[in-house]
Amino acid sequence: MAETLQATTPLPTPGEAPSANTRKMMIVLSGVAALSGLLIVGIFQLTAPYIDANREAMVEAAIFTVVPEGTQKKAYGFTENGIDPDPTGAGFGERFYAVYDDAGALRGVALEASGQGYQDVIRILYGYDGVRQIVTGMTVLESKETPGLGDKIAKDPVFLANFDALEAAVGGETDVLSHGIVVVKHGKKTNPWEIDGIAGATISSKAIGAMLEASLRAKLPRLRPHLAELEGAGS
Amino acid sequence: MSTAHNESFDIFAKGLWRENPVFVMLLGMCPVLAVSNSVINALAMGLATLFVLVSSSTLVSLLRHVIPKQVRIATYIVIIATFVTIVDYALQAISLEVYLALGAFIQLIVVNCIILGRAEAFASKNGPVQAILDALGMGVGFTFALLCLGGVRELLGNGSLLGVDVFGPHFEPWAVMILPPGGFFVLGAWLLLFAALKARSERRTIEKDGPHVG
Repeated sequence: MAETLQATTPLPTPGEAPSANTRKMMIVLSGVAALSGLLIVGIFQLTAPYIDANREAMVEAAIFTVVPEGTQKKAYGFTENGIDPDPTGAGFGERFYAVYDDAGALRGVALEASGQGYQDVIRILYGYDGVRQIVTGMTVLESKETPGLGDKIAKDPVFLANFDALEAAVGGETDVLSHGIVVVKHGKKTNPWEIDGIAGATISSKAIGAMLEASLRAKLPRLRPHLAELEGAGS
Repeated sequence: MSTAHNESFDIFAKGLWRENPVFVMLLGMCPVLAVSNSVINALAMGLATLFVLVSSSTLVSLLRHVIPKQVRIATYIVIIATFVTIVDYALQAISLEVYLALGAFIQLIVVNCIILGRAEAFASKNGPVQAILDALGMGVGFTFALLCLGGVRELLGNGSLLGVDVFGPHFEPWAVMILPPGGFFVLGAWLLLFAALKARSERRTIEKDGPHVG
């Protein structure tokens, strides 16, 4: 590939007229940039509906994974003094989905949570059943954990089974979590609120437990007073 | 077969084997090592690069008489970046899952030296037909190399091929293979194999034709 690097043409000496050349450079560069802009706008317009549909499908699949009994969903957002059926503008973690079955009965709520993992921030979606006071499922939305080790939090069936019926009981009038969500060493789970960790992915599995506990502590007092309202909103 | 036909085929075929961008020229190592941990990632990355390579080589070749020498690299980069953005959107529309798995490496095709290298060394000096053939050859050669790595790494590191379980539940995956060091191991093994094959075919040529004189 010796031909790759060519000696550039020497700059025109003051005697020559550089204006024609400069004008050509400007015309070519702006022409190419304009063509590039047109192509990009075109492809953006063309693909936007498909990309939106893909994102929607991804969120939907995640919601019905964490609340397996549900078939319909309604999006909500948390506000300062309650909940709002229009989640537009609510950031990640401030949105949730009420999930109903075919008959319109509330089967659970899907909530977003995030926290620092081993590599980067991990974002999860989990289901919460307000009647049985349990977590009904967890799925990882976004993680950059180490492939083969930390990324097992998203794939390991044994680890994910922890969240099929994880106890998240509340006590007192303020609806606070009555005990922590504890991640224990692999094979040492004895209580229903404990998570059986992954050997080789201790930090990642503990991060999931920690973000789940933090989210339950923060969100349950804000969510539980509105469960009856959500129950009535089913169609 | 006419000579013209032969020549065109040669332009295409050199990228596959004799001047394979990965196994012979050792270009574009960053995506090769980073995203070859599964067959589907390798295939998506290879095809994305192939598309950018062919489209940008075609456009560079068509504009080769118009682009002033002083701003040629800037122009090539704008052209390449445009096609990378197109691939970026197209892949999001086709499969969001694969797009998320490839992460930043799709956007990083912009700085893949194979593409700028072919634009500068070949497309800017040849007509569009030859430029397309050259780009196709290089792109297919790159995809082939990625698949070579992706296949071995997914098989050993995850016990599967294209997501289908191969060895059954009792296989203990060799996790290092899908981690970055595995990329280096597998690339090294392939390079060794290719060098051995090349040495053998050279020895045969010498034996057949007799030693070269002068």
